[in-house]
Amino acid sequence: MTNFDKDKFKIADSIYSSRLLVGTGKYKNIQETKSAINESGAEIVTVAIRRTNIGQEKNEPNLLDIISPDKFTILPNTAGCYDADTAIRTCHLARELLNGHALVKLEVLADKKTLFPDIAQTLSAAEKLVNDNFKVMVYTTDDPIIAKRLEEIGCVAVMPLAAPIGSGLGIQNPYNIRNIVENASVPIIVDAGVGTASDASIAMELGCDGVLMNTAIAEAKNPILMASAMKKAIQAGREAYLAGRMPKRAYASASSPIDGRFF
Amino acid sequence: MKVLLNGSSYSVENNCSVNSLIKNLDLSGKYAIEINQNIIPRSQYSDKKINSGDKIEIVQAIGGG
Repeated sequence: MTNFDKDKFKIADSIYSSRLLVGTGKYKNIQETKSAINESGAEIVTVAIRRTNIGQEKNEPNLLDIISPDKFTILPNTAGCYDADTAIRTCHLARELLNGHALVKLEVLADKKTLFPDIAQTLSAAEKLVNDNFKVMVYTTDDPIIAKRLEEIGCVAVMPLAAPIGSGLGIQNPYNIRNIVENASVPIIVDAGVGTASDASIAMELGCDGVLMNTAIAEAKNPILMASAMKKAIQAGREAYLAGRMPKRAYASASSPIDGRFF
Repeated sequence: MKVLLNGSSYSVENNCSVNSLIKNLDLSGKYAIEINQNIIPRSQYSDKKINSGDKIEIVQAIGGG
């Protein structure tokens, strides 16, 4: 059995055991968020940066009080940004509010319906952020050329989408994902579009270093149970990858010997 | 004097510092402050004065994917 303590991976200069990264959006309440995250075993957790609700209920807990930067690696995202400048501004605010924590998830969107990334703006933002000492984990398409370019710019991880954010469709082009993995020198984390456990396993079987998901857990009928399923799915897929799968064959290959038949 | 705070009109006393604004709002937890798209570092909260018409954004981390 794989000792997952030994199969760690490195993003920027930090080492992680869990290859499941989770978002904190779309849950019924903060308690469910916390329970799902705990069940998932995730160490890296994404958050969004938004206006404080001035005059809100003072009893409402802050997310970071419940999901503490002392216990988790917080990964602020630039969700909702449609241009590089806004995304960069968001990253600066995130770094300020997290006391200099420079790890960010860069996403620059192009289209409201598909939430596909704007690659030109993403490349531009990535370059500026890397030059400003941010450690950028970048959301992108499954285009292997762009994935490599983002790595060359200096992103610490490249995160190709499986399918549109929140679509739950699973990996749409496994050949592209495999190609990205084969050419990468930084962690490749499938981000967006995972729907159920097998989707996560497939990502890991393709050789990905991890999977980032939010909706797949939060919108499951039983999010806590799905978080548990995803944790196992990632481990199963990783073990299958490390085990080296059998080749696919066009025709049958019998599992029982011919010799010694009594008929 | 009037400023724009998180998109809404808001009144502050003249010569108000960022620190005073924070106290008035009773902010807690982790947040970051921008005035006219410039981030105000924590170390400047007591010195930095707010001016009339300033566009102030105060943000925090919330749930997101």
